[in-house]
Amino acid sequence: MDIRDGLRYTHEHEWIRLEADEGVIGISDYAQEELGDVVYVALPNLGTRLVAGQRFGEIESVKTVSELFAPATGEVTAVNEALEEHPELVNESPFDDGWLVTIVLTDPTELESLLDAAAYRAELPAAD
Amino acid sequence: MNGGASEDFGARLSFDRSEPGRRAVDVPRWDGELAAFPDARLLREGVRLPELSQPGLVRYYTALSQRNYGVDSGTYPLGSCTMKYNPKVNEAIAALPGFADAHPLAPAEDVQGTLEVLHGLQRALAAITGMAAVSLAPAAGAQGELAGILMVKRALEQRGELARRRRVLVPDSAHGTNPATAAMAGFEVTQIPSQTDGSMDDDVLARELDDTVAALMVTVPNTLGLWEHGIEDIARQAHEAGALMYGDGANLNAVLGRVRFGDLGFDVVHLNLHKSFSTPHGGGGPGAGPVCCTAELAPYLPAPVVEAREGAFVLARPERSIGQMQQFHGSVGVLLRAYAYIRALGLEGLRAVSENAVLNANYLWRLVREHYDLPYGGPVLHEVVFSGSRQRREHSVRTYDIAKRLIDYGFHPPTVYFPLIVDEALMIEPTETESRESVEALAAALVAIAEEAEAHPELLHEAPVTAPLGRLDETAAARRPVLRWQPAEA
Repeated sequence: MDIRDGLRYTHEHEWIRLEADEGVIGISDYAQEELGDVVYVALPNLGTRLVAGQRFGEIESVKTVSELFAPATGEVTAVNEALEEHPELVNESPFDDGWLVTIVLTDPTELESLLDAAAYRAELPAAD
Repeated sequence: MNGGASEDFGARLSFDRSEPGRRAVDVPRWDGELAAFPDARLLREGVRLPELSQPGLVRYYTALSQRNYGVDSGTYPLGSCTMKYNPKVNEAIAALPGFADAHPLAPAEDVQGTLEVLHGLQRALAAITGMAAVSLAPAAGAQGELAGILMVKRALEQRGELARRRRVLVPDSAHGTNPATAAMAGFEVTQIPSQTDGSMDDDVLARELDDTVAALMVTVPNTLGLWEHGIEDIARQAHEAGALMYGDGANLNAVLGRVRFGDLGFDVVHLNLHKSFSTPHGGGGPGAGPVCCTAELAPYLPAPVVEAREGAFVLARPERSIGQMQQFHGSVGVLLRAYAYIRALGLEGLRAVSENAVLNANYLWRLVREHYDLPYGGPVLHEVVFSGSRQRREHSVRTYDIAKRLIDYGFHPPTVYFPLIVDEALMIEPTETESRESVEALAAALVAIAEEAEAHPELLHEAPVTAPLGRLDETAAARRPVLRWQPAEA
C-alpha cells in the first residue's frame, strides 16, 4: 500500500497536496482499496465553497457509498472530469490521475492540523 | 432452435430467439368490416416484438424459472432479509375468491370478511408488539418507517416543539433505511457509534440527547444480530429529554412472542410482515410494513385503519392522520398471509419461531467459529455477522469470493459488506425453517471454503464455476450499464 509523503491526510482518508496557492484533493490508496471498485463519484460544481470537515461529495463503489469530507476550507477551482467516464482512475491512481477537486485555500495554516504521512500510517490497521 | 432454450438455460433473450413470422397462437383471419382506429396517432409501425412459437416461448420461460434460486429450492441465508419458508396454506387462503377477487373500491358492506381479517391482524400485531394501535397501510418496511417518523413529526408539531427538535439519533448499527427515513422526513441525522460489544455508546448518547432531538431510531435487535442492552434505560433517558422512541421491528424474528416493543418504552414501531410473518418476498415484493404505536400517537396513524363500529367493520381515517401512504388499503394479499400465519402458529408457535431462529444462528456460529472471525462476539440472536478479514489478510481472499464460492456448494450467498461497521462482513441468517441438517450442510460448506481459501485461494477468485454463468463483471455492469436489449446489426 502506498502512503505518499508530502501530503496531508484526514482521519476519513482524504489527502490534500499544496500546489502553489491551490490544494489538490483526493482519497488515499488505503481508502480506494477498502472501497473496492469505484463506479461513480459525485463531485461539487466549480465555485462551490468547501468547509473543512464537512461533506463535499460522494463516492460509490460496488460495495458501498461513502461521503467525502473536505480536508480544508476553500473554493473549488477544478473538478476531475475524467472521473465521469473513468471512475476506475480513483482505484488505479489515487494520488495522481484519480484526484477529485482542487480548491483555493482560504487559510493554508489549516493544513497543519491534518495528519502527515507518518501520522496517517500510524492510524491504519497494522496488518495491511 | 426451440431446443436451445434448455441448453443455454435461457441465457439468450426472447428477442434473440425470434424468427420472423413465427407465432405462439394462430389468430383467425377476420373477414368482416374493420372499424377505424379512433386515433391513428397512437399507432406505431415497426415495433420490434419477439416472434416465437408456443413451445419455444414455454421452454424459454421454463428455462428461466429453472435458473431461479428461491427458498423453495434450498437454504437462503440472506442476512437481514429473513428468507424463511412460506407455508403453502397461506397461499391457498390468500387465493380464496372472496379475498382475491374483491375490488379495492368495493363498499365496506360487501367486503366485511376481508375487513374482519384486517381488523383481526391489527389486533394481533398490537398484542405482539405491546402497542395500542396499528395501521396496516404502509406497503413495505421503508414506507412503514417513513409513516412512523412522519407521525413523530406531527406529534411534535402538536406539542409545539417541532421547530426546536430537528435531530434524529441513529446508531451506526441500524438499518440503512433509518437515517434515510429521518432525512426524507426533513430531520438532521446524528450517528451514534457502537461500542465493542455492539451496543450504542452510552456516553455519546447521553451527550447528544438534548432538547433538539426529535427521536431516537433503534433497530432491535441490531444489524449485528445483538440485543441492545439497557434499551429500557435508553428509552427512559430519551423520554426524559422529551424525544420519542422509534423502533425498527424488521428483526422481530429474533424476539417474536418474547419481547414487546411497548414494554421496552417504544412509542412507534414498524414491522416487516413479509419477513417475520412469512410471505414470499424475493425479487423485491410486495411487502407490508404496518406501523404500530402508543395511544398518544394513534390519531396520527396513516389511513385507512379498520374499525369495528356497531357490529360492522369500516375503513376509517384517524383524526389527525398523516394521510394516505398509497392507493387503497395496503398490500392486502400479504396481510392475509400474515394473518393466516399468526393464527396457525398461535403464541406458542410464534415463540418457537424465535427460539429456533436464534438456535439455528448460534448452532451455525458454533460449527464454523474456528474458521471465521466474529468481531462483536457471540452468542447472537437471529443472525450472525462474521468477518472475512482473516481470509483477506492471510490469503487475499475477500468476502465477495467466499460468497461466490457458496454458489458452487449449492447455497444462496449471504448478505455481504453489511453492516458497514464489520470489515468484510458476511451476514448469515439461517431462519427457523432450516432443519438441523441444512444448517450443518451450510456450515460444512463454509468450513470447506475457509480451508480452500488457505490451500487453493485461486479457486475462490474464479468462483462460481458450476453456475450457468460464471463470475460476472459487476464493476463493468455498474460503471457502464446496458439497460435494454439492442438489436444486432444485420
